[in-house]
Amino acid sequence: MTGLSNVASLYWFSPESVLTAGILVILVWDLVVRGVSRRTAGLLTLLTLAAMLVATFVTHDPRPRGLFGGLIARDPFSDFFKILFAVTTAIVGIMALRAKDAIDYDDGDREAGEFFALALSVTLGMNLMAASTDLLLAYLSLEFVSIMSYIMSGFTRRSRRSAEASLKYVIYGGVASGVMLYGMSILYGLAGTTDLVKIRLAAQHANPVAVFAAVSFCMAGFGYKIASVPFHMWCPDVYEGAPTPVTAFLSVGPKAAGFALLIRFFAGAMPAEIQTESLMGGAPWALMLACMSAVTMTLGNLAAIPQQNLKRMLAYSSIAHAGYLLMGFATGTAEGRGAVMFYLIAYLLMNLGAFLVVLAIAEAGLGESIDDYKGLGYRSPYHAAVLAIFLISLTGVPPMVGFVGKFYLFAALINKGGSMFIALAVLGVLNSAVSLYYYARVLKAMYLDQPARSEPVLVARQHTLLLAPLAGFTIAFGLYWSPVYNWVVGSLAMWLPQAQAATAQLLR
Amino acid sequence: MKIKLTLLAVLLTPALAWAQQVPTGPAPKLEVAPRQVVLSSGTQPGAQTIALRNVGTAPLEIRALRMAPGSEGWQITTPMPAQTLPPGAQLQVRVAFTPDGKRRQSFGGLQIVSNDSTQIDDPHTPEIDYTTGVSLRAGSSWLLSLMVFFPLLGIPFLFMVPRGKEHLTRWVAVAAAAVPMVAAIYLYQHFDPNWGVKNGNSGLQFIEHAVWVRSFNIEFYMGVDGVSVMMVILTALVCLIAVGASWSVPLERSIRGYFTMFLLLETGMMGVFCALDFFLFYVFWEVMLLPMYFLIGIWGGPRKEYAAIKFFLYTLAGSVLMLLALIALYYNSAPTYLVDGTPASHTFDILKMAYANSYANVPPILGMNFARLVWVGLFIGFAIKVPMFPFHTWLPDAHVEAPTAISVILAGVLLKMGTYGMMRINFPILPEATTWASVGVAVFGVINILYGALCAMAQKDLKKLVAYSSVSHMGYCLLGMAAFTGTGMSGAMLQMFNHGTITSMLFMLVGVIYDRAHTRGVDEFGGVAQVMPVYAAFFGLAFMASLGLPGLSGFISEALVFLGAFPVFKVMTILAATGVIITAGYHLWAIQRIQLGPFNPRWESALKGHDMDRREWATLLPLAAIVLVLGFYPTPVLDTIKTGMGDLVNLLAHGQGAASIAGLP
Repeated sequence: MTGLSNVASLYWFSPESVLTAGILVILVWDLVVRGVSRRTAGLLTLLTLAAMLVATFVTHDPRPRGLFGGLIARDPFSDFFKILFAVTTAIVGIMALRAKDAIDYDDGDREAGEFFALALSVTLGMNLMAASTDLLLAYLSLEFVSIMSYIMSGFTRRSRRSAEASLKYVIYGGVASGVMLYGMSILYGLAGTTDLVKIRLAAQHANPVAVFAAVSFCMAGFGYKIASVPFHMWCPDVYEGAPTPVTAFLSVGPKAAGFALLIRFFAGAMPAEIQTESLMGGAPWALMLACMSAVTMTLGNLAAIPQQNLKRMLAYSSIAHAGYLLMGFATGTAEGRGAVMFYLIAYLLMNLGAFLVVLAIAEAGLGESIDDYKGLGYRSPYHAAVLAIFLISLTGVPPMVGFVGKFYLFAALINKGGSMFIALAVLGVLNSAVSLYYYARVLKAMYLDQPARSEPVLVARQHTLLLAPLAGFTIAFGLYWSPVYNWVVGSLAMWLPQAQAATAQLLR
Repeated sequence: MKIKLTLLAVLLTPALAWAQQVPTGPAPKLEVAPRQVVLSSGTQPGAQTIALRNVGTAPLEIRALRMAPGSEGWQITTPMPAQTLPPGAQLQVRVAFTPDGKRRQSFGGLQIVSNDSTQIDDPHTPEIDYTTGVSLRAGSSWLLSLMVFFPLLGIPFLFMVPRGKEHLTRWVAVAAAAVPMVAAIYLYQHFDPNWGVKNGNSGLQFIEHAVWVRSFNIEFYMGVDGVSVMMVILTALVCLIAVGASWSVPLERSIRGYFTMFLLLETGMMGVFCALDFFLFYVFWEVMLLPMYFLIGIWGGPRKEYAAIKFFLYTLAGSVLMLLALIALYYNSAPTYLVDGTPASHTFDILKMAYANSYANVPPILGMNFARLVWVGLFIGFAIKVPMFPFHTWLPDAHVEAPTAISVILAGVLLKMGTYGMMRINFPILPEATTWASVGVAVFGVINILYGALCAMAQKDLKKLVAYSSVSHMGYCLLGMAAFTGTGMSGAMLQMFNHGTITSMLFMLVGVIYDRAHTRGVDEFGGVAQVMPVYAAFFGLAFMASLGLPGLSGFISEALVFLGAFPVFKVMTILAATGVIITAGYHLWAIQRIQLGPFNPRWESALKGHDMDRREWATLLPLAAIVLVLGFYPTPVLDTIKTGMGDLVNLLAHGQGAASIAGLP
């Protein structure tokens, strides 16, 4: 795609510019005052994110554009993800203000500036990931996110668990991105370009086996980011070992970014209703994605059942959710993509909420094991109730937003039709029934078991306050979600049939 | 703070300076006020003016202005040719309603087709876009909303009760459950038993119809007809009585949580019976699971955790299949209109699915007939609730572990949701598949009757015995429904109502003795009648009603089921009739072991002089009265349901498309 010139692109690139400026300000401030306090750094982070959102809204335009000669797209789709990432980072930032394993507040807020600068850097990387329409930038932004995530997951310096998590993450990440780079090099060899659209066109006539191999290798990188089988092995260890705010961040942000990149990669920047089967040389992509999805959700759910550590259980549950999301993506229809995007919003609310409760309870001196939650419903009714809301939403039971998200996913599958997708939908709903079992174990511990001690659990105020809107939206969007869905549809407009002609005209 | 804001401004200024003028062309924008016309009465004429304004920057073309199909009695009184409104201009449209003298409610929609491209109502149907609608309603009703949502209003009051006065929470719950009961009496009195599909409004009364989620054509649609009205009344009745039975839940075991869950449960159950939009139905269906899980799991007996999760998993596994079936039905439904007249590519409206769609010719999925596969998916979901053999194993566990009041709700209302779901969804939406499966349903019905009765006979635990008797009695409903005769169908519905009242009594009677003796072993008692004569009288009445003694309500419904089923399934009806003998056997045997014989001195202190107290009287007496009255004079119920059942049988006999309801294109 031929995009705007570099100078003309700057206006449309302003959200990322603002973000970069914010990162630099925090870093410089940290150096100048020799250790910025966590409150200042947190405030600066929130301000940066707010400024980025303002820039996004000001420069928002429903018509897609290619920036910097077609490296980056600026369209409603990337704006959707920009907003999603900003909200995620803001929530994680507030979480980290009171998280001992992220920023040691008893030790003079050590490394607070670095933590927030890293978090914002990941956000920048994710923004680029969601917007990249060029292999080179896709790879660079993905690596950028990965490297920042490695540092963040090892942020608790004196914890062996955290160090182990970081190292595992690095090794798996290195392998995955190496394989992906290999795939990309084959694609480049086949097409002679790094532009996704041109690759798509060239791949129609290339050797199908080579294309299949190349895209499969690329899937290693994407699969690693979204934690889908067979690239999920890092996930439980990293989630368990990393500081809880980082775990929450990794489980939502990079996963969403991975899906954004996946959608861009498969759909290309082409504004057309893509039939997944006919993509890139006629290889059975839908079948491959459907199999990945089936295995991912089944393995995630089954492996979550015996877990004793809540963070680890949520890690497996996030693998399962990657499977559900892949299910919608596998359809290859705009409706399926819309369902994925809607589910990501739902997932953001309920998963960040669940991790926030885990963090809050751990900060209050209880552990992360399910046994530590025994009788929580009687010791801290509010936190138990909101955790119950998040878990029920993760199960997909109405009237929570998680149900609506699953509903759209299954609707996309059934509307697509065909034995494969219907079988996948049946497997998907059975998996939700299975997932109930391990989520209900937490409910059982909280409400059905009696507490070992009866004194109330003292939870930091900012955690308690932040939980209210998360739980509130989890229920509110479960009862009325029209505005959210309309937003998703609007963000996908360039891939909807009626917009095709106009958009194609614009890009040509 | 100031520095930070300055910093922000500095950062943003260059970005804004770059701001190119985004060329957004002039566009028309239609603004309609009001979006909803509500006339308080459906029997009086009325009229209202609707203003259309162009608030955009380009001329607005009003391409068409018309009443949506099926807007009976509504018309536009000002002639409206296609015209163009310049920006800022306004147009007045007057719509008038003329009652037809028959219906008390009338719904309609005013469709406005324009060139305003923001009025895309259904993102999936670009071919019918740019249409917006105004909802027209004459004769509004809020009775069902009151019944469904009033229990929720009680929840905040539970938490307002001061500490130390927890006994007041019970009275809050009584109030929250009593209002739906009063409303149910009003509903019964004002329900027109002769109003059928041919009269209009899809045969419904007390309708509430509004658009809920436009982007997926989901509506808030509630109403009652002959199929649901008795179930709504039963729910209100059983819930109020179950609050009375909840007195035995200890106050110190988080009584507020108990009643919160209880009232949530009531809302869910009531909603299931009132909802006529499949999505809404599903939401209520699922909403009910969680409170039930907690009610069994927290306030239950020794194996409560096992029973609670088993109930939850079984029901969820069934309902997720229902979810897929409902999506499949949605996507294969024909284009239609939402209640406000906007076009919709598909519909969740159960009545439209039933009367305006045929699923018989949908291409097969997974290599199987579409309608049959969907039918089976739905049927499994409902059969788990019934519970039908072989999905019944959750029931004895749940019943035995649940506290008395919750057992009452489980048996009294929850099981009926299964058979109701079949009557409301499987039968009318997929009549061909229902005909195909009728023999199977009847076979499972007979298995339920015999197997349930035999299992009940083998039980040592009185509560488990009653639980298996429920399995057996729900089999009669299945058998009666499967016959598709007016008698069988009415018998099944009457059996649902009667079983609800009789089993509620049985479980409460089990609770009465359990509260005193703390055991339910059938063999551990003996001669209880000597020390608790009143209890023995109620016990005898309930057990006789349950075994089907003529003169009590259970007999009528079982007889109707047999009468209705015999012409269709001769052998199976004869087999089922032998179940009556087994039923009589285990009931009489239980009475004999508990009430008769020498008094077991072990219970000297527990039972002697502790006959039923006033609260137990109050909860059992209304049910006993209903059982007696309906035993001699079942007409009040049979009359109420006859038209609804007749319409259902008609639909099954003639297949889809033969009948057509007013209000459809």
